[in-house]
Amino acid sequence: MLNAELLLNALASGLLLGGFYAAISLGMTIVFGQLDIVNIAHPAFIIVGSYAAYALNDSLGLDPLLAGLLFTPVFFAAGVVVYRVYHAAFEARGAEALRGLVFFFGLLFIIEVLITLTFGVDYRLVDAVYIGGALKLGPVGLPWRMVVPFLVALAMTLGLHLFFKHSFMGRAVMAVAQDPVALQLMGAKPVRIKQFAFGIAIATAALAGAMLIVIGPVEPSMGRLYIGRVFAIAVLAGMGSIPGTLVAAIILGVAESLTATFYGPSWAPAVAFGILLVTLAVRPAGLFGR
Amino acid sequence: MIDRVRGALLKGAMAAALAVALAVSAQPSARAEDPIKIGFGIALTGGLAAAGKAALVAIQIWAEETNASGGLLGRPVELIYYDDQTSPSTVPGIYTKLINIDDVDLVISGYGTNLIAPAMPIVMSHGYVFMGLFGLAVNERFDYPYYFQIMPAGPDPRADWSRGFFEIAAAQTPKPVTLAVTGADAEFPRQALIGVRQNAEEYGFEIVYERTYPTSTADFTPILRAINATNPDIVFVASYPPDSAGFVRAINEIGIKAKLFGGGMVGLQYSAFQSKLGSMMNGIVNYDFWVPEPTLDFPGVHEFLAKYQAVAADAGIDPLGHYLPPWAYSYVQVLGQAVEAVGSLDQTAIGEYIRANEFQTIVGPIKFGANGEWAETRMLMVQYQGIDDSGLEQFSGPGKRVVLYPEAWKSGEINYPYPGADN
Repeated sequence: MLNAELLLNALASGLLLGGFYAAISLGMTIVFGQLDIVNIAHPAFIIVGSYAAYALNDSLGLDPLLAGLLFTPVFFAAGVVVYRVYHAAFEARGAEALRGLVFFFGLLFIIEVLITLTFGVDYRLVDAVYIGGALKLGPVGLPWRMVVPFLVALAMTLGLHLFFKHSFMGRAVMAVAQDPVALQLMGAKPVRIKQFAFGIAIATAALAGAMLIVIGPVEPSMGRLYIGRVFAIAVLAGMGSIPGTLVAAIILGVAESLTATFYGPSWAPAVAFGILLVTLAVRPAGLFGR
Repeated sequence: MIDRVRGALLKGAMAAALAVALAVSAQPSARAEDPIKIGFGIALTGGLAAAGKAALVAIQIWAEETNASGGLLGRPVELIYYDDQTSPSTVPGIYTKLINIDDVDLVISGYGTNLIAPAMPIVMSHGYVFMGLFGLAVNERFDYPYYFQIMPAGPDPRADWSRGFFEIAAAQTPKPVTLAVTGADAEFPRQALIGVRQNAEEYGFEIVYERTYPTSTADFTPILRAINATNPDIVFVASYPPDSAGFVRAINEIGIKAKLFGGGMVGLQYSAFQSKLGSMMNGIVNYDFWVPEPTLDFPGVHEFLAKYQAVAADAGIDPLGHYLPPWAYSYVQVLGQAVEAVGSLDQTAIGEYIRANEFQTIVGPIKFGANGEWAETRMLMVQYQGIDDSGLEQFSGPGKRVVLYPEAWKSGEINYPYPGADN
């Protein structure tokens, strides 16, 4: 009886954790999966999102997730600028593979230093009405601070899926992902489409960062903890699949939660990455890859 | 032509002779003015940067005060420090440079076990006295006679670190029996948990849950549920700051069954956490080093904190500074007192003096034992009591972090069992 209750709770916790993982990985799915750009600095943008949410929460008392939403246009613009620099300095010269990676690695450190200079190095936390309470569903207790980000993550995933599937610009991004040369022959400009997609990816970091600081304290270099996880989810999802990202993230979240509950939390990352390896061995293109 | 060359040579030789004469005549007075260089690596970026920067401010306050009152041995003090980036791999290079290239006169450690241990072989090979800032059992393997560690863990640091928690638990009626233990997969929690196991055996507790978790853990509710499933009477947690916040929130969200919770939770001593976690911390029993309770009102500590707090806001560091800064001030205070007493920079003489004498500091009297740790433990166990959600101001005075252990510094009584137990 107790075990069944534990199992239900572990599954529910994993589901919620997976939603959060999806939110932090969606940007990577777009940039790495669709545009083939190894933006290793993506987690640093998420941390910027956390601090932006913190700033509005601390000064105006604004809800952190609402603050994250308000910052998405700013992050979109920042993403466009970063892509323009990257394109002019590396992509246009055909030097994107290794030097581009170095560019984003450098960007990661620059962002960390800028956050440190602006906010200091102390941990930051936010206030929100849903932090500290739990939703009780029979034997299952779900912290609101995990439930609310999960719902926002679902909305983000659904919104991005509909956008890429049904809007003109979204389909153009998918076309660039499939064959940029063919698109160029059709008279379209892949660079403009890619900068738009990059902007969308960075815009997701504003909301994902807000979720991160709702779930726990944040400090400037914390993004590094998530680099491996976001890449793993993007690859497991099938390089560029938005619904795949949600499914892959939930698989990892549930695997981590079950391992932490029944076996030992230390094994959680090993089990999660083990699932990634096995999946890639069976389906090299990832879960939703074509 | 030859004359011109000879003339130039002569002028050159005269200039060189003059320069040498000037240099020689300048040397004695320059030596008196030469600063005493104190070198260290400190975390200014990376995971421990918040603590590292706060420690740096405290060390700088000490240096300014020392220089304002005439310096050490009549010479000004100069601090030479490098950012260790919270990365142990940078530490050997930093201390090699400090000793071999910067030619520092004294060395002190950066903050934390992981960043002290890598410096030890280099410092030891050069025979320097080494003041340690919050290292846990670092000297156990090195057994270096001139290592002195300021954190008041005590002679058996690993066990003494958690002894207070077990003393408090064992004193309750009926005595709790079962214990759950969890901690992060990192050096400090690992060391702390070794001590917890020792204490569990000594005080007669049965360990019913013992698991560590990776530092990248985002959600702590599964761990807490697994702990609850084993029905422990008490729970000891050795966690780093983000995890500590995760546990505090989780015990308020899904509840705990244990009667005593806490022990080794790093981060709950920081202002940022106290102001945001607020009443969620009530009832937790946790370690601390100094709190503004009347029993710990040592001379100089409030004056130091006033100076620290005046610069803390601009520096973006802990605004109250109760946890680490007084100790960062004290470990250089001890070194400074020893240098003055010995009257030279002879490392052996300084080291022997520190081993043999008691020091009066802003954190109270300090006497080091044979292994360079405090001769007697003064690890505090405090209970968070009567905290509301009004913010940080309430923590600046007494009554919110009541000292339960050691008996000599006790400032109030425990609320037992944990108020949220069985909810």
